[in-house]
Amino acid sequence: MTSVLYDAQGPSAKRRNLLYTALFLAASAVVVWWVYDGLNSKGQLDWVKWEPFFTSSQPYVTYIWPGLQNTLTAAALALVIALPLGAFFGIARLSDHWWVRGIAGTVVEFFRAIPVLILMLFANQAYSDFTDIDSDMRPLYAVVTGLVLYNASVLAEIVRAGIQSLPTGQTDAAKAIGMRKGQTMRYVLLPQSVTAMLPAIVSQLVVIVKDTALGGAMLTFSELLASVRPMSANYGANNIASFTVVALIFIALNFALTSFASWLERKLRRGKKSTGAVVHAGPGGGLETIGPPTIHTDDGQSG
Amino acid sequence: MFDFLDMNELLGAFWVTVKLTVYSALGSLIWGTMLAGMRVGPIPLMRGFGTVYVNVVRNIPLTVIIVFTSLGLYSTLGIALGGDTIPVINFRLAVLGLIAYTSAFVCEALRSGINTVPVGQAEAARALGLSFTQVLRLIVLPQAFRSVVNPMANVLIALTKNTTVASAIGVAEAAYLMKGLIEEYAALLLIAGVFALGFICLTLPTGLILGWVSKKVAVKR
Amino acid sequence: MKLRKVTAASAAVLSLALAATACGSGKKKDDAAGGGSEAGGKITIGIKIDQPGIGLKTPDGSYTGFDVDVATYVAKELGYKESDIVFKETKSADRETAIERGDVKFIAASYSINDERLQKVDFAGPYLLAHQDILVRADDDSIKDPKDLNGKKLCSVTGSTSAKNVKEKLAPKAQLQEYGGYSECLTGLENKVIDALTTDDSILAGYAAQEAFKGKFKLAGFRMSNENYGIGLKKGDADLKKKINAALEKMVKDGSWDKAVEANFGPAGYKNEPAPKIGNIVK
Repeated sequence: MTSVLYDAQGPSAKRRNLLYTALFLAASAVVVWWVYDGLNSKGQLDWVKWEPFFTSSQPYVTYIWPGLQNTLTAAALALVIALPLGAFFGIARLSDHWWVRGIAGTVVEFFRAIPVLILMLFANQAYSDFTDIDSDMRPLYAVVTGLVLYNASVLAEIVRAGIQSLPTGQTDAAKAIGMRKGQTMRYVLLPQSVTAMLPAIVSQLVVIVKDTALGGAMLTFSELLASVRPMSANYGANNIASFTVVALIFIALNFALTSFASWLERKLRRGKKSTGAVVHAGPGGGLETIGPPTIHTDDGQSG
Repeated sequence: MFDFLDMNELLGAFWVTVKLTVYSALGSLIWGTMLAGMRVGPIPLMRGFGTVYVNVVRNIPLTVIIVFTSLGLYSTLGIALGGDTIPVINFRLAVLGLIAYTSAFVCEALRSGINTVPVGQAEAARALGLSFTQVLRLIVLPQAFRSVVNPMANVLIALTKNTTVASAIGVAEAAYLMKGLIEEYAALLLIAGVFALGFICLTLPTGLILGWVSKKVAVKR
Repeated sequence: MKLRKVTAASAAVLSLALAATACGSGKKKDDAAGGGSEAGGKITIGIKIDQPGIGLKTPDGSYTGFDVDVATYVAKELGYKESDIVFKETKSADRETAIERGDVKFIAASYSINDERLQKVDFAGPYLLAHQDILVRADDDSIKDPKDLNGKKLCSVTGSTSAKNVKEKLAPKAQLQEYGGYSECLTGLENKVIDALTTDDSILAGYAAQEAFKGKFKLAGFRMSNENYGIGLKKGDADLKKKINAALEKMVKDGSWDKAVEANFGPAGYKNEPAPKIGNIVK
């Protein structure tokens, strides 16, 4: 579609585009220079503030790596716990009994409507009031609980969409050879839809990784973002430098996950044995179901 | 039982949430549309910029962006966005951060909407002699917008929930109030229930109304 | 077949992540177990890890600060070797719980003695008398009295008592910027968008004494509250309390206390109070 929007460029159009390119470059250069000048005049680009990240491994070993470990732990735990829960609710929403559908639907819609941060704050306080979980494990529990509650409901929608993306002939054929509902789900529908769901699940992992940072900012969870605090306290409040380094690590990590997801998606699209259907992640609802052409809806639920 | 509930305080906090949502929504709609225009446009440099912007911003936690607006833009570069008291400045910085973040998702939703417009539409427009901006403005975008009402509604709902992150720089919105209340009062379940209900009141109608709008305006093909 | 491989690969990645998680949490349990064991083994002490001058995790993974020095001295007096001390971060909100659960033997983490806390834990000491104060830029002379803070931009940590104290009593018209940590405040203070940072003077002195800030900031010297730093320990452990008190007395007597103050707060020109008498809590 993209290239259909404009004609092949003639000489005057080429000149005009060159002009726009130059203008855009100039504008960007002004902004970049202004930011550089601002940072420089405030001493934020002084070598002292950045030097620790380039000349030694200490900031990484002492602050960043432990933080990254906590981020990954929370994200992995959240995904692993949320997956079966999500599958359960997703399948329940496809039940033949209206009351099962109703209950599952209400639960899923409820947790999708509430900010993750509110769920985390609630979980943190609840654990501190009603349980005796170790005080330094509590933030992890709270973060994981918040993430699980929210992401299970998103995964439920992914699972539902994945199953619905299969041709109805599959169910009909299973019925025809005398399978019961449970058997149809287990042997026919789920195995096929899992492949269609995989890219969406991996994309959801990006959302989970991003959301762990909420725990660092608001719940004293020692994840990657929170590792900035003791670090900048040591290096003379080099907040800008520390935040930049941590942001780059987040980008690299999530970019790897996103790339993995789209690689999976391409792979699955080409797969001859599958239906070719792929579920797109649309955290926050409204998943588009079947394969091409689709609307990709990543609506940026997160922190 | 409801002694923690100061109605004025509660409504005030949710009013801040609503204002954050509305301003950020308008801002990201504009900036997101411009980004989408860049990404489908004929100028390679702008296409590159759009792609890099979207891929970088989508992969950073919103918390980092919001804290950065305060520490980087305000504290270091001295951009106060015209505000002179801390609550006003923080509010505007939070809106700016939310726009920067959300517009990446608006851009992607819109771009996929552009892909649903049949090729013939653009070809016909070009045959009439319309330029790229005219094709986009008069023919493609109006149709694209109509087909992405649903994804946009999801972005809007996500944005509503994301405003809670503004409390990281001390904007007194709903999550900020809730954090204070649960530390002060013992009625945890009640407090959490009230705030959950508040957000459901904001997000559920958004979904329903825009869902209805989406059916109403959908291009029949 | 390709699909199978993809599915298998994803499963492998997931199980790897799980395994890593399991290892991670296993290690933590071992550390925590050290807390409860008696002399001869290791001793776990709760400290702060992000406050220069008080308790700070340095890039090489060791800890420095006045609280750390006091804790080390006390632990040695209790019969532990320096290598047997395990320092553990205890965040402000978690200090009582950590003591009650026995995660730590005692806590030295800018922990001021007050009635509310005395309901849950016992305190040895106090070992330092600090006051709430403000930190301003060295060339800023406009704040001579806490009342001058009205209309100024003041920074503190979200939900801290010092912020409330200023807001409610001393200067109700001060504008308050709240962040998750003090070092965020310092960026603003350094760049003149924030006028003052408020918390205990000992913590402020720790920041002002840092190499990177030498000569940039000064303490205003307001004594807006009295904070008696004590060593928190399990309620009812009279024996431990007596031993720690004896250790603290000895620390003052043999001059180590003065040395620790000088080493950690000295460069900031911080006029510390003389060593408090054990059990003498200044209200």
